[in-house]
This record gives sequence, structure tokens and C-alpha cells, in this order.
Amino acid sequence: MTSVATRAKRRYRSADEDVEMFGSALDPKVVRRMTPYILPQKKLVAIAVVAMLIFAGTQVAVPWLIGTAIDEFISSGNIFGLVVISGIFLTNAVLTWISNFVQNIAIVRAGQNLLVQLRGDMFSHLQRQSLRFYDKTEVGRIMSRVQGDVYQLQEFLGTMVMSAGDFLSLLGIVVALLIMDWRLGLISLTVMPLLFVVMALWQPRAKKRFIKARSTISIVNAALNENISGVRVVQSMNRQEENLGQFDVLNKENAESVKSEIRMSAGLLPVVDILTSGSIALIIVFGSRMAMDNTIEVGLLVAFIMYIQRFFDPIRHLTMQYTQFQRAMASGTRIFETFDIEPDMVDAPDAEEMPPIRGDIELRDLSFAYDPGVEVTKSVNLHVPAGQTCAIVGPTGAGKTTLVSLIARFYDVGRGRGQVLIDGYDVRDVVRNSLVSQMSMVLQEPFLFSGTVRENIKYVNIHVSDDRMVEAAKAVGAHEFIDKLEDGYDTYLEERGVNLSVGQRQLLSFARAIVADPRILILDEATANIDSHTELQIQSALRTLLEGRTAIVIAHRLSTIRNADTIIVMNKGELVEQGTHDELMDGDGLYAHLYHMNYAVLEEVKGTGTEPRSDQMSSS
Amino acid sequence: MEVLLRILRFTIAHKWRLTLAYLVSGAGIAAYVLLPKLFGSAIDRVDMGLQTGTISESAILQIALAITGLGVVRGLLSFGQTYLSESLAQEVVYKIRNRFYDHVQHLSFAFHDKQHTGNLMSRAITDIEAIRMFVNLTVVRAPYFLLLIATVSVMMLHLDLQLGLIGLVLLPFVLIFASIVRVRMRFAWLKVQATFGELNTILQENLSGVRVVKAFGASDFEQKKFDRNSSKLSEQMFKAIQLEALNGSTVLTAFLVTIGFVLLFGGMRVIDGTLTPGVLAQMIFFLQLLSQPVRISGAIVNNMARAMSAGGRLFEIMNARSDVEESSRALVLPRARGHVRFHSVGFEYKPQTPVITDLDLDVDPGKIVALLGPPGSGKTTIANLIPRFYDVKRGRITIDGTDLRKATLKSLRANVGMVQQDVFLFSDTIAQNIAYGRPEATMDEIIHASEIAQLHEHIASLPDGYETILGERGITLSGGQRQRLSIARAILLDPPILILDDSTSSVDSKTEYEIRKAMETVMEGRTTFVIANRLSTVHKADTIVVLNAGTIVEQGAHQELLAKGGLYREIYDLQLRPQEEVMMEFDVSDDLVAEKIA
Repeated sequence: MTSVATRAKRRYRSADEDVEMFGSALDPKVVRRMTPYILPQKKLVAIAVVAMLIFAGTQVAVPWLIGTAIDEFISSGNIFGLVVISGIFLTNAVLTWISNFVQNIAIVRAGQNLLVQLRGDMFSHLQRQSLRFYDKTEVGRIMSRVQGDVYQLQEFLGTMVMSAGDFLSLLGIVVALLIMDWRLGLISLTVMPLLFVVMALWQPRAKKRFIKARSTISIVNAALNENISGVRVVQSMNRQEENLGQFDVLNKENAESVKSEIRMSAGLLPVVDILTSGSIALIIVFGSRMAMDNTIEVGLLVAFIMYIQRFFDPIRHLTMQYTQFQRAMASGTRIFETFDIEPDMVDAPDAEEMPPIRGDIELRDLSFAYDPGVEVTKSVNLHVPAGQTCAIVGPTGAGKTTLVSLIARFYDVGRGRGQVLIDGYDVRDVVRNSLVSQMSMVLQEPFLFSGTVRENIKYVNIHVSDDRMVEAAKAVGAHEFIDKLEDGYDTYLEERGVNLSVGQRQLLSFARAIVADPRILILDEATANIDSHTELQIQSALRTLLEGRTAIVIAHRLSTIRNADTIIVMNKGELVEQGTHDELMDGDGLYAHLYHMNYAVLEEVKGTGTEPRSDQMSSS
Repeated sequence: MEVLLRILRFTIAHKWRLTLAYLVSGAGIAAYVLLPKLFGSAIDRVDMGLQTGTISESAILQIALAITGLGVVRGLLSFGQTYLSESLAQEVVYKIRNRFYDHVQHLSFAFHDKQHTGNLMSRAITDIEAIRMFVNLTVVRAPYFLLLIATVSVMMLHLDLQLGLIGLVLLPFVLIFASIVRVRMRFAWLKVQATFGELNTILQENLSGVRVVKAFGASDFEQKKFDRNSSKLSEQMFKAIQLEALNGSTVLTAFLVTIGFVLLFGGMRVIDGTLTPGVLAQMIFFLQLLSQPVRISGAIVNNMARAMSAGGRLFEIMNARSDVEESSRALVLPRARGHVRFHSVGFEYKPQTPVITDLDLDVDPGKIVALLGPPGSGKTTIANLIPRFYDVKRGRITIDGTDLRKATLKSLRANVGMVQQDVFLFSDTIAQNIAYGRPEATMDEIIHASEIAQLHEHIASLPDGYETILGERGITLSGGQRQRLSIARAILLDPPILILDDSTSSVDSKTEYEIRKAMETVMEGRTTFVIANRLSTVHKADTIVVLNAGTIVEQGAHQELLAKGGLYREIYDLQLRPQEEVMMEFDVSDDLVAEKIA
């Protein structure tokens, strides 16, 4: 009997495997790869650097100006001098405003330009990847690269500037302390080694707790998400109590780990406070003696106290930024790893634009393997003359989908492993976009984009007139239901059309194919359950769709198969039979057998029912 | 305001910790404001010493020791303050998160039909985070910051009225300015968030719709769409950060300007002899002290605005009442025999659009009822009414004569099992997924259930067997396997009443056979309602109930109804038959192929 706590932890242990979050603080490889992105921004970066130097200067100047005012003018009663130095002080203040504002916007501008470039490049890199890549890679992982990791880099750019600023002010303060009085300067810096020791001990511990806090919250959110998604099962199986118990364990663990993280990060506060005041106390003790010896004056003492108060902030920031650096480097590494994945399918350098096609398709001796040695199609030969419909049938895994994917050039056939010819052009020798823009493909699962019905039907062909769009919708019988939607063609389809039925989505994807007016149409017939009314609509839409085009259909419906000009039967990657329905039925081949077997199942179920009126669909 | 009060109530529940946080903060203020005083008096002593030629070393040492001591005290107090306020906020969030979780999992189907998971998740993540920040910053720390500003102001005025006024004259303006800019920043960031979401959608759809994109050669089109949005995002981000830079620079400069004037006028007074250099230095130290609380105070207004809208959204969900409520006098329904009866039941999801009207149905224990009808005829609704996922609007449903509403939800649902076709899998082992409704089930029971459900063979073939993790981070099961897992779950629960959703999309014939076999076993001896689509299930039923527009139009056995030539006949011809005519994906044995090709 396991306890609630163990069950809860075991359940989500897999959610705990967070991706590697930290790299080394400055990875030369990542920095080198970033350079081409930073270079175009060099003007803005230069502006930012200059502004940053000025800003750091104005900050360091403040205590010095105050000290000087006291020592040089106030103590000697020089009113004019006091007015002048106050004027300088105010000018310095204005300069602070300008330099701070400029450094911020210059760096944000540069950073945003860089990010737009990087995101765009990443996107186009992903676009160039072939389907092989997408077959292997989860969408979620790519999403977190483009959004999460790029976002990390953005944070990093901001942090880098702050760090540079912090570093400069730290440096400025040290220099100012030593210049103003090197002995007193050295005394005030005696606490430094102590601070470094504390920081070195603190940093890795704080990081560990930070990671723990992050991973526990992601587990909490994963558990919540799952419970909401599965709420119907939860309720029907009375799991609420058990689940709340499990959730409480995870939630409590998160609360505890966050508190432990806070204890660690707040633990630095007393250290800094104690070191600051200790250092100031030293300055006062030694400074007062030196003042009595007339080696220093009072104003300098004031300036020193102010410097020391400002001294620890940059150090604290830098320590925190260190973590940020490491995370950014890990992100950078992942981003460039993605860039390093070479698209395995690119247009040949001398690829021609495909001229307007007639639609003659020929497959010559076509063999293809996703993984070396495992052939999915074997020496397939097929000729479909322009304007004809070819139906492909066969059992699961016969290679039907692969065959049509090769015609649409989703994958490239290895040289010497046969050819796909369209109007006599080898598809590997033409620019892919010029070819596929003249073809359309309707997938088994209709895919719609978030956007209006109009945008979905027109899709790439935004220039198509509304009249032609409506015409297309009418041709496939989609106009009727679109018209009934709240905003007609301007109805926004939430989350890829969840507000539509599967059949309606299918009809929209048909309309999209018609608007594109392709010469070649590739269709994977839907098998999902659709109500009878829509089913009839789809049947008739299909006929409109196929008219006057070359069509390759992975067919499941008897009516589609019977109406095809030619039927090919595939099995285990081989084309085993070819002919019209009647021709194939006359023989005693696989097709005839599949056909009869299908009916045998039906007959058994129907018992003594009625004769199948199988002609009903195809002749209507 | 009510929203903020409600958050406050959560905070006040930890009254000791809150009081302690306030006490520590108050003590922190005292330690804080004493430091500049000590610095100032040290300066004055040195100044006096320079004029008189002697200095009391012991007095200086005393001051130095006091500064060090105060540093230690202040350091410990700031630790206490930070830890107490952050951990208090964490406790509040912990409690709210638990309540949210429990509330949401008890809300009825009607609620979940309307709410997207994504929306609920962003309530739980973003809005709860806003509440955490509100408790931390506004409830616990804001009084501290305001009191600190007030104390320092009083100290400055007390120290020297004229110079103090010069030092404070800009303060109200800075506070107002910072608050306004912060609120504007919030709107700018909200815009950024929205655009970020759009960009996410474009990217995600591009990736999951990659086949469509490639089939249409649409990569240029998609690239433009993406770039347009990406530039928009970056422009909005720029604007938001610009506001931030404006705010930061202005607050910083305002303080410098103030220090400049204090230096000028204070310096003149020192020259006049009406002020000591130590007091001037003290003034400047005080001004430095003010800059942090002033900067943070600007954030408080924004923080409150954010907590109000976030809390409003969150509490709206936590206030939502379930449509299906348990009566306070509800009784535990013992194991039922399974006599289910609908007495003139009426139901609708939206007013004025009835889904079921005046439905009567009497099902004897152990009988199989197939519910059949065109989409929207009310099949699924009827099934959902039996375990009270929704409540009937009119009439009543009884099990063994007891009105469903008189039983506790838990005991009712223990009597009604569900087998869904697209069942939800949890990120857990296969064993735990099967035992989901009975976490205490033994391994033998789990294996036995999956054997009956025709799933054992497949599970046993997996490398980790029953310990294989399913769900988002684990392996996925095919549609047919999921359905059988759902059957296994039901077998383990062994309910006397069973609801079976059989509107499966096509599967190959072997799977089809296995599912049919599993279903036949699980239905045995239970009152079963089958939402049917396939002929094979329908014709096995004791009674076929044909529905149309929420009423029963025909009822009887297969042959009987076929002969009648009514709606059943029509559905049979139109829907069932063409579906079976579909050339299914057959598994063909190698021998057969070899024989046929030869």
C-alpha cells in the first residue's frame, strides 16, 4: 500500500526532468555564433556603450562632487565656487537622465532588431526542414526553442548591459576611492576578500535552490493541467479526494522549496549590511585620525561613506546576473544546435522554375526508404495521364501515403533509386515551391489555421477574388453552412476550427484545394465518422474536386474507387495490381479478394437482412 | 475592492506571521534611519575636532561600534522582513492553489464545456502569481515603505525645516509620476503579452500544420506572416521598455537634482554658520535612503491594479457554483441492481433549445440498450444524465426506484461506469491508469482486468510492461488501445450500470474484432447503454432506441425495426451501410498475398 505522497511524487517524476538550464557563463562557441547577429547593430551598440560610460561616470561623480563642494568651497566660504559646483552637479544630473535613457533605448532597439532577425532566421530554418525532421521532432520542443530560448537570449541582452554598467560603476568606485586617498581606499576595500568568499559559497547553493523551486512549480502546474484536461474521467471515477491529496503534496513541496530559496537569497542581505557598516565604521575610525593629521578633509569622509554605500549593489547584481548568463548560454547552445540541423532536402542550385503543368504523372522504378535498408516502396512504376483519377488501395503499411508524399515531394528519392516525373520533369530538378504551388493536397485530417473562414479558404492565394472563393465553397457544398455562421466568411475559427464539425472542416479544406485550382490533386480520403448528411455532401464535393484534374486518391470509399480511371493495389511497398474495378474483379487477385472479404463481414453482420444496394452511392 | 479584501482575508489567516512581519519591518525602519544620524554625528565630531584641535577618540570609537552593531541588527531585520513577507505570500498562494484545484475538479461538465483548459491554466499561473506579488509587495511591504518615507521625511524636517522642505518638495511629484508611468507600463506589457500569444499560435500552427504548409508551397507566405508579427511584438516591447527607461531615469534624476539643491542651499547655510557640515551630510544620506522606497512605491499602484483584475478573474471561477449539487440530505446509494428509468425527462444546454423532451425509458437490470440516431438527437446527453454529469431540467431519473438527486454523487458514480472511445490518459504508469478509479487495486486485479479487455497481450509486449509511463511525456496508445484501456478501467470498478461510447472511427479488422470481444464481455450482467454507430454492436442489443431531436421515435429489436421501414431503416441504409462499405484497411496474411499474386 503506497502512501498518497509517494504516489504523487512517482506520478510526476517524469515532469521533473527539466531541460538543461545552465551552461558556462560565457560560452565562446555561442558568443561566436551570436556575432553575425550583433554586427549589424554595431552603431546602436556603440551608442549604448558610450552612453553607458557616460552614465557610469555621472554616477561615480556624485559623491566626489559632494566631497569636493564641502572641502573646497563650503569650508573655505567660497560662495561663488559653491554655486558653480552646484551648477556642475545639476548638469551632471541632467546628463544622468540623458545617458541612462539613451543607453536603455539604444540597447533595447539593438536587442529587438537582433531578436527579430534571429526569430525570423529560426523560423525560415524550420520551414526549410523536410518532413523527415518533423516526423522525428516534437512540436512542443521546437516551440520552446523558438519562444523560450529566444526569450532567454533577450533577457540575457538586457542583463549583459546591466552587468556592464554594474561592472563599470564598481570599477569607477574603486578607482575613485584609490585616487581620492589610497590609504583610506585600501582600508575600505579590506572587506572585499571576505565578500568574495561569501559570494563564492553562496552562489552555487542559491542556484541549486532556484532550480528546485522552478522544477517543483512546473510539476504543480503539470498536475493541475492534467486534472483539468481529464476532469471528466476524474469525476466519473470519483478520484477528487485522492487527487487533491496528491496535489497537496506537490503544492506543499513547492511552497517549501520556494521558502528555502528565499531563505538562501535573503541570507545575503545581512552579510552585505554587516560588511557595509563595518567598512564605514573603519573609515570613520581611520578617517577621523587622518583628518586630525590634516591628511584628509571632512568632505572626503562624506564622499567615502557614500561610495561604500553604493559599492555593494553592483556586486550583488553581478552575482545574480551570473545565473542569468549561464541560463542564456544554455539557451544559446540549444538555439544554435537547431540551426546546425541541415535541411536534408534543398533545391538543386541549378533547379528550374516549373512551367505551368498539364498534369502527367509518371513514377519510374521508384524505391524509397525512411530508414536505410527498410524500403517502403519497391520499384513502383506508374503512369497517370493528365486529367485522370488514380485510386490507391491496400492494407495499412502498404506504402500508400509514402507514394503520394513522394509525388508532392515531401521527401526526396535518392538518386539512382527511381524517378518521379511530372510532365516529364524530374521533381528533384525543379524549384519545389514552383511545383507544389500547382498541386494541392487534401489530408485525411483536415487542418485549419486560427483565422477567418475566408483566410482559411484562400490561404496562400490571398489575391483570389471573393467571388471565386464563394464559388469554390459552393462547388463543394460548404457555402450553405458558412453562410449560417455568425459572421459568414468572416467568422473567426477558434483554435483551428474546434467550433466546426469534422465534416465541415473537411469541406473547408476541399474549398481551399479548389481555390488553389491545381492541375494535380492528391487526396487522402477521410475515414473519420461523419454523419450521413455530410457524408453525402462530401461524396458530391469529391466529384467536383476531381473533375478535369489529375488526381491521386488514397481511397477508402467504394464509390471513389469504382469511379477511378485506374485502381492500383499496393501491398508491402509493391504495386501488385492495376486496372479498372471491373477488370480487377474479373481476375482472382488481391483486389477481388479484399472486396469479397469485406462483403463477407457485412453479410454476417446483417444476417438475413437485405441485399446490399451498393450501387446507391456510386450512381447517385 | 471586494477582491482585495478577499485576498486580505487569506493573508490575515496568518495573523501571527503578519504581525511579526510588521514588527520586524518597524524595527527595521528604526535601524535604518539611525544610521545617517550616526554618520552625521561622526562628521560633526571630526569637524569640531578640526576646529578645536582635539578629538575624543573614544567617542569616535563608540560611534563606529554603534554603526557596526546597527549594521548587524539591520541586516538581520532585513532578512526577517524579506523572509516573512515572501513566505507569507507563498503560504497564501499555496492555500489558494489548493482551493482552486479542488473547486475546479468539482465543477460540473457544463462549466468545463465552456472553459478552455488554457484559460483555466492561465488563471492558475498568471493570476495566482499576481496575487502572490500583491500579498508580498502591497499587503506586507507597502506599509513599511510608506512608513519609511514618512519617518525619513519627518526626520529631515525635524533636522532642519528649510533644508528639509527643499529636500522633499519634489517627492510627491515623483511618486505620482512613477505611479502613472507604471500603470501605463502595465498596459504596454499587456499588449506585448497578447502579441506574444499570437506569435505563438502562428508558430505552433505552422509546425503542427507543416504538411499543409508544404503541400501548398506556402513557406514564403508563412514566413511573411511570422515576420510581420515578430516585428510587431518587438515594436511593442520597445515601447514598453522605453516607458521603463523613462521611469527609471526620471526618478534617479529627480533625486540628484534634489541633492544638488540641498548641497547649494545647505552649503550656503554652512558658510553662514547656521548649519553644521554633519547636518548637511545627514540630509544627503537621508535623501539617498529615500530613493529605494520611492521607486518601489510607484510599483504599488500598478501592483494593486493588477491584483484587482487578476483576483477578479480568479474568484469568478472560485465562486462558480456547480450545476450539479449534492443535496444536504443525500443518501449513500448501495450497489444497485441496475433498473434504470427515465420519467418524462427534459433537458437543454441553452434555454429555449431543448435537447431532450419528455423522454420515458424503462430498462430492466442487465439489459443492453443501444441508443441510435443522427448527430444532435440526444444520445450522448442521455448517457451523461445517468451519472449526473448534468442534471435533468424536468422529470426524473431513477435507479432501482431512487431519484438520482437523492443519492450522494460519489455513491451514484460508483454505480455507473463509463467506457469512452477517446479516453483521457494520465501521465502515470499503465497499471495506475487502469486502476485510476481504484488506486488500491492489486496487480493481479489489474492484469485480470486488462486480460478481459484484450489489452494484456499488448502491455506485456512493452519493455516496461505495466510500468510503462503513458500520457504527455510517455508513450501514446492507439485509438483502439485507449478504448480497451477504458474497458479495463470499467472492469476493475465493476459497476452494475455501464455506459459505452462506441462511435469509433475506423480501425483495422483485427482491432475491430478485439474491441467487439472486449465489449461483449464487459457488458455481461450489467445494465448497459451503448451509444452505437456500428452495426455489429447495434444488432446485439436487447432493445434499440432510435432517437430524433430528443425524443424516442422507435424502439425494438433489430429485425423488428428493419421490417418497420421507419427511421431505423433509413439510418441503416444511409449511415450504417455505407460505413461498412468503406474499403477498410485490411490486415492480410503473407500467405494469402503470395497466393494471390502468384
